[in-house]
Amino acid sequence: MKKIITTIHNNEPIPLNKIPVLNPGEFTEELGALLSSKYHLSAYFADLQNELLYAVCSDAEKGLLYVLAGTIDSGQFISLTPRFPQTQLFEREIFEETGFTPVGHPWLKPVRFPPNSKYKIGEPPFFKMEGDEIHEVAVGPVHAGVIEPGHFRFQCHGEKVYHLEISLGYQHRGIEKKIVSGSNKKNLYLIETAAGDTTIGHTTAYTQILEYLTNNKVSISDNIVRSVALELERCANHVGDIGALAGDAGFLPTHAFCGRIRGDFLNMTALLCGNRFGRGLIVPGGIGYQISDSIIENLSVKIKKGLKEFLDASKLMFDNPSIVARFQSIDKLNLESSIDLGIVGPAARAAGITRDIRQDFAYGNYRFSSIPVSGHIRGNVYERAYVRWLEVQVSVKYILDQLKKLNNSDKTSEKSDNKELRPKKNSLIVSLVEGWRGQICHTAITDNEGNFRKYKIYDPSFYNWFGLAQALRNQQISDFPLCNKSFNLSYCGHDL
Amino acid sequence: MLKILKTRINQGYKTYNFPKKLPAMADFFKGLPQINSDNCGSCTLCIEECPVSAIEKLDGTISIDIGKCIFCNKCADICPENSIVFTKEFSLSTTEREKLLTNNVETFIKEREFKAEELGLFKKSFNIRVVSAGGCGACEADINVLNTLTFDLSRFGIHYVASPRHADGMIITGPVTKNMELAVKKVYQAIPSPKVVIAVGACAISGGLYADSCENYNGISDLIPVDLFIPGCPPNPYTILDGLLRLIGKIKS
Repeated sequence: MKKIITTIHNNEPIPLNKIPVLNPGEFTEELGALLSSKYHLSAYFADLQNELLYAVCSDAEKGLLYVLAGTIDSGQFISLTPRFPQTQLFEREIFEETGFTPVGHPWLKPVRFPPNSKYKIGEPPFFKMEGDEIHEVAVGPVHAGVIEPGHFRFQCHGEKVYHLEISLGYQHRGIEKKIVSGSNKKNLYLIETAAGDTTIGHTTAYTQILEYLTNNKVSISDNIVRSVALELERCANHVGDIGALAGDAGFLPTHAFCGRIRGDFLNMTALLCGNRFGRGLIVPGGIGYQISDSIIENLSVKIKKGLKEFLDASKLMFDNPSIVARFQSIDKLNLESSIDLGIVGPAARAAGITRDIRQDFAYGNYRFSSIPVSGHIRGNVYERAYVRWLEVQVSVKYILDQLKKLNNSDKTSEKSDNKELRPKKNSLIVSLVEGWRGQICHTAITDNEGNFRKYKIYDPSFYNWFGLAQALRNQQISDFPLCNKSFNLSYCGHDL
Repeated sequence: MLKILKTRINQGYKTYNFPKKLPAMADFFKGLPQINSDNCGSCTLCIEECPVSAIEKLDGTISIDIGKCIFCNKCADICPENSIVFTKEFSLSTTEREKLLTNNVETFIKEREFKAEELGLFKKSFNIRVVSAGGCGACEADINVLNTLTFDLSRFGIHYVASPRHADGMIITGPVTKNMELAVKKVYQAIPSPKVVIAVGACAISGGLYADSCENYNGISDLIPVDLFIPGCPPNPYTILDGLLRLIGKIKS
């Protein structure tokens, strides 16, 4: 059988000339076959210069990534959205970025409203429902709370939401463009601020890409610190989310305690690098700071205390029947929809998809020390909260185990004998990381000099925003804040 | 109910007595820079390496514009003479943009002024509308955290309000993306006078990492005059709190 699908592993670079370029018909057929087998579409973008399409599907069972490349015929390609909903946003993005038209796409709405967009933000055509008593509720971009801007448009009849449309792009800063065209010295900092509360997640993916492109091995102890930082980021945000959910249900004790405990977890990250969000901790080649034994000791004590206080505060909420009843049976995103839409992260695990990059596509320290995956079934707000609650406990245990290893391990950097000075030329590489919201996917293509010719960043929010919109269907509009907080997606991670 | 009381006792009283008691910053915390330019000579390594071009050399003296600075420590790491040190001083706010170009902690603290007398109106009650205009989420998170127990913003009479009509001032985070321009302008117009504009974070002050791009402005000063600058990336919550309290006269210089 002709080999037309290229198989790589997470973080494995492959020369572009080893990826067979298919004609449009073959490309659509092969990608369709992969999506029919229920693999997750992790990356799908166009190379404007060479008029090529690239798609990466991930097979969680085997831990493999399938890469496809195809040509574009007269600026058009066949849309797969009618058969596979998870491609819809990717195709809209390709159209907005390059002008290549996916023929057959139901509605090519703008994604980020870049400067050259023919649409004006706030005014694109919205899906409308007609009827006598229908009313339309528009929220945003400036919301009631202190959160990032986005626009939500509800089509309602009475209290019931028939359709929610989410229009983003208010945070668009052009990061992908800057990484490719700007000076290299800014890149790491741009990645740090792509989604400011997921600094560790995104910088892990970026530095892994640079390291694997240059055969630069990261020492065992540095990898341990990276995994500790990633889990601390996960804990801080999950604790904050549970507090926020309690607040939205009107249960202030848990809301107040968790708000404070989240700050404590952020201060634990600051112990490692001086910055509560981990800026400067992860650098290409390793980590940016020396972690002394006293820091390890201090961190272990603080994290044990943090977990104890968190369990104490969250137990109040989970033991309270009225809060549990409020969370259950609302804003459901079931297993089938989650697979069809390509949902990732705790939201997917709450619906029954046991997909976790740390287990399925293990990278860094997770190759040596595995971490259990937390999941649930049914996919309501309750299950999304419960999965977060489980993940905090699992992560804290993991951090404590790793800190013990760190104390005993050799902290000097491993010498990389065949480290290359310049990144591999004309290669493609994909790095997957399990951020706290879910799968982070960075895909890079290098040019003749080894510089980035194309750099795609997929924050987990990119995959999940549509899931949030679907979960609101046939629900009460007053359940929206809870639904929004139970997903807690990033606006700037989507808008870049 | 009893369970809730018991949990409250277990959790303990956690509000930190700021500003009477000053907090201890983490070991690696980077605050105001202290620079000794005596051994600089013709070396310009720090200027070349700075990702946001925040470092200037005038008359042989190096200064850092902390309105652009992202506190990444690259300049301190690369200096062959160890002339640049980021101290633990977390009080970074000023009302004048020019004062953010600094190289001496003592001079910075002594020379800045706050218009506390003019803004005495807000000393007991200050309502703020927070608008994120392209912020990455970190400044927003650290602004939000001021409402939690440790900082307890409302004991100072400061509240974040949902409607600009109820607000006395506006906090902006992010470099102000073109897509948010109209929203920011509308919020500003909706706030009744007298009003105050506060820029939090390097992006809001100068565009930060995103300066000079077609997708956004170089901070909020491009659109409206700013009354208070709070530098950082993101500024530590104590930096933000210190700035707000100095602005309304709750901390006297």
